[in-house]
Amino acid sequence: MSMDEKRIGVYICHCGTNIAGTVDIDAVTSYARSLDSVVVAKDYRFMCSDPGQELIRQDIKELGLNRVVVASCSPLMHEPTFRRVCEETGVNRYLFQMANIREHASWVTEDKGEATEKAKALISAAVRRIFYQEPLEIKEVPVNPNTLIVGGGIAGIQAALEIADSGSRVYLVEREPSIGGHMIQLDKTFPTLDCSACILTPKMSDVGSHPNIELIAYSEVEEISGYVGNFKVKIRRKARYVDEEKCTGCGICQEKCPWKVPSEFDVGVGQRKVIYTPFPQAVPNIPVIDRENCVYFKKGTCRACEKFCEVGAIDFEQTDRFEEVEVGNVIVATGYDVMDPSPIAEYGYGRYDNVLTGIQFERMSNAAGPTGGNIQLKDGSTPESIAIIHCVGSRDENYHEYCSRVCCMYALKFSHLIKEKTDAEVYQMYIDMRCFGKGYEEFYHRLTEEGVKFVRGKVSQVTDQVIEEEEKGKLILVVEDTLLGSVIRVPVDMVILCTAIEARSDAEQVARLFSLSLSADGFFLERHPKLDPVATMTDGIYVVGCCQGSKDIPDTVAQASAAAARVLAVISKGKIEIEAAIAVADEEKCSGCKTCILLCPYSAISFDEEKKVSRINEALCKGCGVCAAACPSAAITARHFTTEQIMAEIEGVLV
Amino acid sequence: MAVEYQPRMVGFLCNWCSYAGADMAGTSRMTYPPNIRIIRVPCSGRVDPLLVMKSFEQGADGVLVSGCHPGDCHYTEGNYHARRRFALLRSLLDFLGIEKERLRVEWVSASEGGRFKELVSSFTEELQRLGPRSEVSP
Repeated sequence: MSMDEKRIGVYICHCGTNIAGTVDIDAVTSYARSLDSVVVAKDYRFMCSDPGQELIRQDIKELGLNRVVVASCSPLMHEPTFRRVCEETGVNRYLFQMANIREHASWVTEDKGEATEKAKALISAAVRRIFYQEPLEIKEVPVNPNTLIVGGGIAGIQAALEIADSGSRVYLVEREPSIGGHMIQLDKTFPTLDCSACILTPKMSDVGSHPNIELIAYSEVEEISGYVGNFKVKIRRKARYVDEEKCTGCGICQEKCPWKVPSEFDVGVGQRKVIYTPFPQAVPNIPVIDRENCVYFKKGTCRACEKFCEVGAIDFEQTDRFEEVEVGNVIVATGYDVMDPSPIAEYGYGRYDNVLTGIQFERMSNAAGPTGGNIQLKDGSTPESIAIIHCVGSRDENYHEYCSRVCCMYALKFSHLIKEKTDAEVYQMYIDMRCFGKGYEEFYHRLTEEGVKFVRGKVSQVTDQVIEEEEKGKLILVVEDTLLGSVIRVPVDMVILCTAIEARSDAEQVARLFSLSLSADGFFLERHPKLDPVATMTDGIYVVGCCQGSKDIPDTVAQASAAAARVLAVISKGKIEIEAAIAVADEEKCSGCKTCILLCPYSAISFDEEKKVSRINEALCKGCGVCAAACPSAAITARHFTTEQIMAEIEGVLV
Repeated sequence: MAVEYQPRMVGFLCNWCSYAGADMAGTSRMTYPPNIRIIRVPCSGRVDPLLVMKSFEQGADGVLVSGCHPGDCHYTEGNYHARRRFALLRSLLDFLGIEKERLRVEWVSASEGGRFKELVSSFTEELQRLGPRSEVSP
């Protein structure tokens, strides 16, 4: 056989019955065999399995194949698998092509005849295309061993510590004045009832003092450029109006500041000073002046904090500063928003004093919170009855279709805390109890024995409209008890709404910044829902915690550790392959019109003034192909997506 | 009963959003008309008007170019270039004797399997309404 002879092997996967159930495998295989340059066409039940891979390896060796087509699932699923098989057997990975006859044929077509025809067309396209494919040289670049972590909740903290403990440097960027996230707001944690702060603050202080972690709090990522292994990140350090170097964290400024506003950390249940740390155990323990509310910034007088600060750390002239860091990997752990239940007018949040959200109740129940842990009504008295409404904004077509996954369990936890601290009656208004984690069902059982009343039904209304005498002065829940089959009225003193966990309001902007996709529920999309739940479609960028979807603390910690392991794997390998499918310009054809230079989103094309031609920088080009499509002299070739290859594919799909 | 006219479509889908969106339709077992043949490209910005014309020349009744939503392009701005390029090509299609409705430029994200299904269905219906392509004189 001559060196130039194209010897193509085609392998058709049954994928159990996923493909074979709809596509006539025999017909497709004999069709493949009839195509030009196809030396062999075989079918197998699972091409991705060991024996399936072995089939390809053997044929490459025995039949001298130099091009391989696998017709199976999406290349986004198994292209890396089969490319590896080819490469291990001496066939360049760019001499492999996949025909997606599962996601794009058997799974979307009911008619067997049509599905079979579609599979044939896709295989014919792949075979025609691969005829023109060329081997490409794989280049490697070193990986920057630093990691950027965005978000200092439990997810970011866990990932930062894992990576830093292994000896690599971490930049942890947190938007708020302190790390801790939502977890530090919580009282106890289900189902073990350990105190949230007790398990989190040691980790927070580890982050603050870790020699390998640079904590960049009260800051936001402004820009990121580059690619896996070599990202450049621009960070905005927001002005604290307090000199971080000088401040000792003594707290005198907060004590002396005469102005108070509602505390974000206490979700409006308590107040804070205008110069403040969100909570006493804040890391870093450096206060921030809230410029919006500071009387000096508004009226030009006061400066009480400055007068009392012994080290002269107050700096009203401070401005936002920018810092650039270089990292190899990025972990996005930006967390979630608690849904504002005000739009659900029937529950009266914002209208009735004693309708709280779950997170407000956490602050109230927390011994370090504004009431010192006392569960009390707005007037300071102790409630005699409390109702907890589940699924507020979750599992509700009008708001969020998904289940927020933590509410059943924290509702049970609330019941326990209320029973522990008061004599109040507790009602759980639930749709289904979802207690799926380790020790969760057991906790549910324990609560049923603590005298909590469970009402299965969705509350239709919270009202103060009294019908019976005993309802006077109470909030009345109107609910259809679906186990009794009747509508009941439950008068209580306090109502707690288990509001949905939702994607951050700026998730879209953050997604854009880091080149992430959003899933339909608004959370960041992982690379694969089952097999790759921490990576994303952008190499080197990982998502962990609730920014990827609702989850509880154990799941968040597990995901954060998983992402850390992935990052460490890249770091320990030390180098990364860069995409070989990039654009090249042929200087003999280039007319020097510079069209490509204007179009390139990466400024990867420069102009050689001497020769009057465009030159593409291989390290900067990402292979989008915009230049190749626009070049009027067809001087630019988008490798692996050449016009010739795509034309052949068009002919193939339209046979 | 006459067999319903089945138009043939070529879909150029960007690797990052629309191709994954079409995969999502498959993973979710959404069925749609079988007439579309998908070609993966790195970016909608890679799609040269020549490739669209080649598809028509090869007998396609309709061509779909689909990329990430504006602002979400994996390569920052490739889809903007595609948008402008095909606005221009569409205006030339009528002149060439090809109804401009036969070329669609759309945005489908990786999570929008449902949107992809709807898109293929509505495009198929539109092409059925237009009927087979008239002969183009060379």
